[in-house]
Amino acid sequence: MIDTVELLFFLEVLIGGLLAGVMYSLVALGFVLIYKASRVFNFAQGAMVFFAVLSFVGFMELGLPFWAAFLVTVALMILVGMTTERLVLRQLVNQSDQTLLMATIGLAFVFEGMGQLIWGVEVRRLDLGIPDVPLEWVLDSTGMFISALDISAGVVAAVMVTVLAILFSKTKIGLGLRAVADGHAAAMSIGIPLKSIWMIVWATAGVVALVAGMMWGARNGVQFALVWLALKAWPVLIIGGFTSVPGVIVAGLMVGAIEKVAEVYIGPAFGGGIEGWAPYMMAVVFLMFRPEGLFGERMIRRV
Amino acid sequence: MTETREALRGFGRGVRVAAAAAFAAGAALLAAAPGADAAEQYFPIPSSRVGPFSAMGTGYYGGIIDYLTYVNMTGGVNGVQLVWAECETEYNAARTAECYQRLMVGPNGQRMVVFDTLGTPGAYAVINRMAEDQVVLAQYGYGRTDAADGTVWPWVFNAASHYWDQIAMKLAFMAEQEGGVENMRGKKVVHLHIDSAFGREPLPAMRAIAEEWGLNLVEIAIPSPGLEQQSQWLQIRRERPDWVTFYCAGSGMCSTGMTAAARVNFPRDRMIYVTFGGAEEDMVPAGDAGVGTYVVANAVPGRDFPLVQEIERVVYGAGRGNLSNPERVGTVYWNRGVGAAVAWIEALRNAQEMFDKVGQPVTGAEFRDGYEALDMNAARLEELGVAEMIAPYRMTCAEHGGARKFRMMQWDGTQFQVVSDWMGPNDPDMISEMIRESAARFAEENGITPRECPPDPA
Amino acid sequence: MIYRQAGQFRTSYAADSRAIPFREDRVALALILIAAYFVIPFTASDYWLSVILVPWLALSLVATGQNILMGYAGQHSLGSAGFMAVGAFACYNLMLRIDGMPFLVALILSGVIAALVGVVFGLPSLRVRGIYLAVATLAAQFFIVWVIDKFGWFTNYDTSGIITTQRMEIFGYRFTTPAEQYLIVLGIVTALTWLADNMARGRTGRNWMAVRDMDVAAEVMGLSLLRTKLQAFAISSFYCGVGGALFAYAFLRSVEPTAFDIYLSFRVMFMAIIGGLATTIGPFLGAAFILLMPVFLNTTFQGLFGAAVDATIISALEQVIFGVAIILFMIFEPLGLARLLQIAQDRLRQWPFKY
Repeated sequence: MIDTVELLFFLEVLIGGLLAGVMYSLVALGFVLIYKASRVFNFAQGAMVFFAVLSFVGFMELGLPFWAAFLVTVALMILVGMTTERLVLRQLVNQSDQTLLMATIGLAFVFEGMGQLIWGVEVRRLDLGIPDVPLEWVLDSTGMFISALDISAGVVAAVMVTVLAILFSKTKIGLGLRAVADGHAAAMSIGIPLKSIWMIVWATAGVVALVAGMMWGARNGVQFALVWLALKAWPVLIIGGFTSVPGVIVAGLMVGAIEKVAEVYIGPAFGGGIEGWAPYMMAVVFLMFRPEGLFGERMIRRV
Repeated sequence: MTETREALRGFGRGVRVAAAAAFAAGAALLAAAPGADAAEQYFPIPSSRVGPFSAMGTGYYGGIIDYLTYVNMTGGVNGVQLVWAECETEYNAARTAECYQRLMVGPNGQRMVVFDTLGTPGAYAVINRMAEDQVVLAQYGYGRTDAADGTVWPWVFNAASHYWDQIAMKLAFMAEQEGGVENMRGKKVVHLHIDSAFGREPLPAMRAIAEEWGLNLVEIAIPSPGLEQQSQWLQIRRERPDWVTFYCAGSGMCSTGMTAAARVNFPRDRMIYVTFGGAEEDMVPAGDAGVGTYVVANAVPGRDFPLVQEIERVVYGAGRGNLSNPERVGTVYWNRGVGAAVAWIEALRNAQEMFDKVGQPVTGAEFRDGYEALDMNAARLEELGVAEMIAPYRMTCAEHGGARKFRMMQWDGTQFQVVSDWMGPNDPDMISEMIRESAARFAEENGITPRECPPDPA
Repeated sequence: MIYRQAGQFRTSYAADSRAIPFREDRVALALILIAAYFVIPFTASDYWLSVILVPWLALSLVATGQNILMGYAGQHSLGSAGFMAVGAFACYNLMLRIDGMPFLVALILSGVIAALVGVVFGLPSLRVRGIYLAVATLAAQFFIVWVIDKFGWFTNYDTSGIITTQRMEIFGYRFTTPAEQYLIVLGIVTALTWLADNMARGRTGRNWMAVRDMDVAAEVMGLSLLRTKLQAFAISSFYCGVGGALFAYAFLRSVEPTAFDIYLSFRVMFMAIIGGLATTIGPFLGAAFILLMPVFLNTTFQGLFGAAVDATIISALEQVIFGVAIILFMIFEPLGLARLLQIAQDRLRQWPFKY
């Protein structure tokens, strides 16, 4: 007979993991957007998350009300995204992977430094009005601890993915973006404005970073450590495939769930701390069987 | 150019010398310059001002610099003016090692006499060089624990005690709350820690005490950087411990500890934070989730201490404070920095008197003897204006463990409330014995002959 | 004037495949080596020797390993700090557990052990490439550090998991002063760099480059991808391992596993790329840039502004400038510092008369 308490605890770990996974997906989304359109692995995405939410809190400290601060930060991130594209990425068209990667690493330093330069280094609190405490009714009915903030993050992620999906599949911009993703030269030859597509993508990635940053900031405080979130997003990207929006969502759920279950049930046998590498190991094993990721495009190589 | 010079002149001596630091370092610090005959004493400031440890670095080194400025503005140490140079370590072991060498010779050509890394990784990176370089490593409540044994580590001091005493004090506090050590039998304590040397540092003492008391000790590690702690807190929820001792590193991990505890309804007044992890900067981001959390203090925060008020009046009144936000005067890290700097200056004073060098700079060896002669009794602390802020302590040849006493504080949502008197381990001799064993083992492995110490006269 | 290569004819195949074809370059290298061996140890300050030159040389060696993998074989990897950790801790345990183990032998063996570990973690390269592979190698990075940290045997059950490295002793002579330690590191780095250069120019290197430029084509031509890729991983990890051991023994001396964290891996990758991939001199230039740039900025800013400007602002500004420098570099000279050096040489060749 299965112990009900144990079963409920397992469910709790699993649900907690799935919800944490959604939070990872939020960060990973920004990577996918940019990679899809320009084949650039934007190392600076983590730093952008930090910069975005730090600016948001900074504007609020300056006295702007919540929505005004949000809109101003959205505008700022769009501006930052477009400027980045214009000043950095456009200069690097046709360069090799590692050059692009290196340039985005440089960008990460710039964002980290700028954030701390403008807004200072203090850790700040971000109150979204959603408490990060267990939902009472879930606790009463099942004895499980499910945080209200996590649920909201799930909802936010769902909304964002839907919006992005509509943007990609139903609008003209989306059509252009998919064409660009298929091949830069081909897209340009049929008159798709490559440069404006890229600008839109970078601006969108900036906004996605802000949303991810707000969810994480509400949970952990707005602080430098947010740049490390990227480390959690990478295995998600590998498993989901760098080019697939639904891929990162599914992969995020998988990574979150497996990571938590492994840490709680296997971790103690080794003195814990295995969730630092478990997602990466999972990604490696996964690659052995499906190198292109869950929903990634199959890589065809011609000689 | 003239404006720059004008601006610099306004900032006084310490500033100008600091400005010269780069040129000295830029000149590759060639050979040791001839000893400066001006009455100056040089101190290195290996600060960490950016990154996740910035709150700690800006507060702590801000406190040190503010106290040095204060001493300069009130006549120096018997007329000796203090100068310093700064170097950014980012709390990184390799960069601390680089800063250690860079700061070795000061802008006035003097060699440094003391080094304070504010961080266990940094302390470990330089600790083996101290005897050779004749520099005191002043670990202020962090770092290598068994260095409290002065026979093996003559150059290392723990003026504000070390992690083994700290964990023993926490257990003693729990026992007090539970109504005595006998009630601790069968109680469950979780040591939740960052998966690094710092996080594991208290474990030997903790295990020994747990065994003696019949405690059920559970160790749970959080992989670095520790932003995500959900699975660990779920484990805690399943273990249902009576107490949690939390060793976190960096403000991200520390504030997350409280919000993560709130997520599983673990009572915050059953959590005890480590000294370097529980400061205002860590508590505020947690919001309401932080209320009730216990934090151990080796230097009590607050602005009511006479010395703190003096520094505010003299240094900040003249616009020469180091903190960009003067509101942070009197916070945990700033007061701790002041406590550390007080020990430096007292050691310098001692050294000047012991070696007949009143009004002159001292060497590393002289400074070391001065540090070892520290006798910060209650009366002296009163004179200095830090009574009740730091515990009375004195060093001896063999015992470098400092006060070995802490106070417990509790966060009320806006500030810390001190909730206990100065407390130490229940059985300090047991900890001392463990330190001796550990140090002896280190000495044997590394071919160090422990020095002989005369019996303590007191 | 002084840098003329006209008239230097290669009349044999041997002459044609010399490491350094031009006399002037050979003279320059000889001068640099003479300076490195006979002048610097006696003139440089302890500061320069022990915290700039030693870590620079050790990290250059690691970057050379990274360059073999990334520059020649085209396999992106972010596991170099993990392999450094293997080298450092293998060396420690070899010295500790085997009586009378000579330091040099332990050093080579620790490189070999790192190579074996590298082969295991190089396996994903057979399936994936590019950025996917880079992220996959992070598994090595995290897993290795975790294992060393977690199992007390590797650190000889030290309570805090920190090792204190043994003294470096070769043929009964103890290398203790900064100058002596610098010399030992320099010697090893010179030897291994010479070896790497020869490998890269020889058949091994040509195989790597064939795989890098088009692995499918290389396979069609009869190269074993399995063998070539894993060989590159093994040799690269060997260099990382030896470099890591030197980093620990000659520089840090007290080492905790987490010193070899992912940020060190990143920095090694920066060194390889900024220095110039697939060049011998690149890793050295790149390591100097990445290592010295923050130190230089920190020193300059402390000097320029001192306490006149909030030190926090200075530190943040340093980060921004460092980032901007990297970006500018990638925009204006994506082929790295080695390429700049080459351009300078070309200019010098025509100096002072352009014709």
